[in-house]
Amino acid sequence: MISDAAVRVRGLEKSYKDLPVLRGVDFDVARGSIFALLGSNGAGKTTVVRILSTLLRADAGLATVNGFDVTTQAPDVRGSISLTGQFAAVDEILTGRENLVLVARLRHLRDSGPIADDLLRRFGLTEAAARAVSTYSGGMRRRLDLAMGLIGNPPVVFLDEPTTGLDPQGRLAMWQAVRQLAAQGTTVLLTTQYLDEAEQLADRIAILHGGRIIVTGTLAELRKVLPPARIEYVERQPTLEDVFLALVEGDTGSGGTAVVGGGTDE
Amino acid sequence: MTTNRFGDTVVLTGRSLKHVTRSLDTILTTAVTPIAMMLLFVYVFGGAIHRGSGSYVAYLLPGILLITIASGIAYTAYRLFLDLQGGIFDRFHSMPIARSSVLWAHVLTSLIANLISLLVVVGVALVMGFRSGAGPLAWLAVVGILILFTLALTWLAVIAGLSAKTVDGASAFSYPLIFLPFISSAFVPTATMPGPVRWFAGNQPVTSIVDAIRDLLAQQPPGSQLWIALIWCVGIFVVAYCLAMVSYRRRIR
Repeated sequence: MISDAAVRVRGLEKSYKDLPVLRGVDFDVARGSIFALLGSNGAGKTTVVRILSTLLRADAGLATVNGFDVTTQAPDVRGSISLTGQFAAVDEILTGRENLVLVARLRHLRDSGPIADDLLRRFGLTEAAARAVSTYSGGMRRRLDLAMGLIGNPPVVFLDEPTTGLDPQGRLAMWQAVRQLAAQGTTVLLTTQYLDEAEQLADRIAILHGGRIIVTGTLAELRKVLPPARIEYVERQPTLEDVFLALVEGDTGSGGTAVVGGGTDE
Repeated sequence: MTTNRFGDTVVLTGRSLKHVTRSLDTILTTAVTPIAMMLLFVYVFGGAIHRGSGSYVAYLLPGILLITIASGIAYTAYRLFLDLQGGIFDRFHSMPIARSSVLWAHVLTSLIANLISLLVVVGVALVMGFRSGAGPLAWLAVVGILILFTLALTWLAVIAGLSAKTVDGASAFSYPLIFLPFISSAFVPTATMPGPVRWFAGNQPVTSIVDAIRDLLAQQPPGSQLWIALIWCVGIFVVAYCLAMVSYRRRIR
């Protein structure tokens, strides 16, 4: 079980000057699973991801990715992963296609052109392919960011807050992409501060708080931590998200405006 | 790994050169200020300063070229700073590439962009009447000195780009460098300056570099000035490179 872990973290510690951020973090991510690292802002989620992607050195502890030690075998780790960041790390001045070709060339792949075109199609960016990224919307940028991360099919993908700042549709599209990724056997470690995101996507969830993993398990296991559910009868009102999505998806550019409530205000 | 380093540097240099070609104003603004200074000094002050034999454009040009480089390298600090801020620096560093290629790509881009700016400035000088009978070997030496000087200042710019906290801070470091030629033999002979200023002008890098280039273009033996100039360039290059590596290591930890 443990030997099969795609990511293995033991006793990870990191302080910024005198401020301890990680005080002994332990967790395993099984191959081909989606693992959510849940925590509030400043809990140290990004620090964990930066250590695992060899951008930051831990003060103590052990971390392996795809069987490689992040400190002593950093180049092998970098060959096994891709990182897509909270602040979408794309080149603003290049076009979407040029961004993809750039990453494909840096991964020493032949046929960087066809690889780029294929990803543009998969992520619905074909029409915007020749435009500078600075003209992209937040959602398009994030899709491009993820597409850049998939080039070369790395076995482990780190997604640092993949949906922060996205609108509801962008969020659903991102969730869909993450599920597809896991279905192909890629291991996904994602950090999030949204409980529903972890609930929707993750096979296992770990809650990072106060520099430690305070609980880890499947959603069902985490539910057992709390007292058993009581049965209550509640009138189910549509959420604002339901309303928003129903209105926006029903209206595919017809230009009409839905008037809710019927009040004429003159 | 060596082939990777070369290939990765080429790919990343291609990327940052696109940044330059897509904002051609960076090359133009780099060239505009030195050209304006050249016009000002030749056509406004020149009559008063002119020191006898030879044309003042020819006298002025070496200093103007150094000012061009000093203002051009500010863009390297700027672009590097934006890469760090935007997160693309982290993306490159989390990829299986030769890490040193990320910085070298910026350095080579700076070199190419500055050489283009220098060509523009020399072109304007030719229009203004600059002529040189220097042979290919002398020109090669001039280009060599200018490349060395650009590399040395670019690594200074890398330090600024890596350690700056704001965009303004990333480019502000170049202002003293642009000013340095004024307290040198670039515009007037140092002999007329009062004691301490003359001592400073005589012992700072710009004077020896300017004198060496001026002698080479005027087909005169540059003598010891050439060696002092080379020592300055290589010295600044080595020190700046080492300091850049120190702040780079600090940055990626």
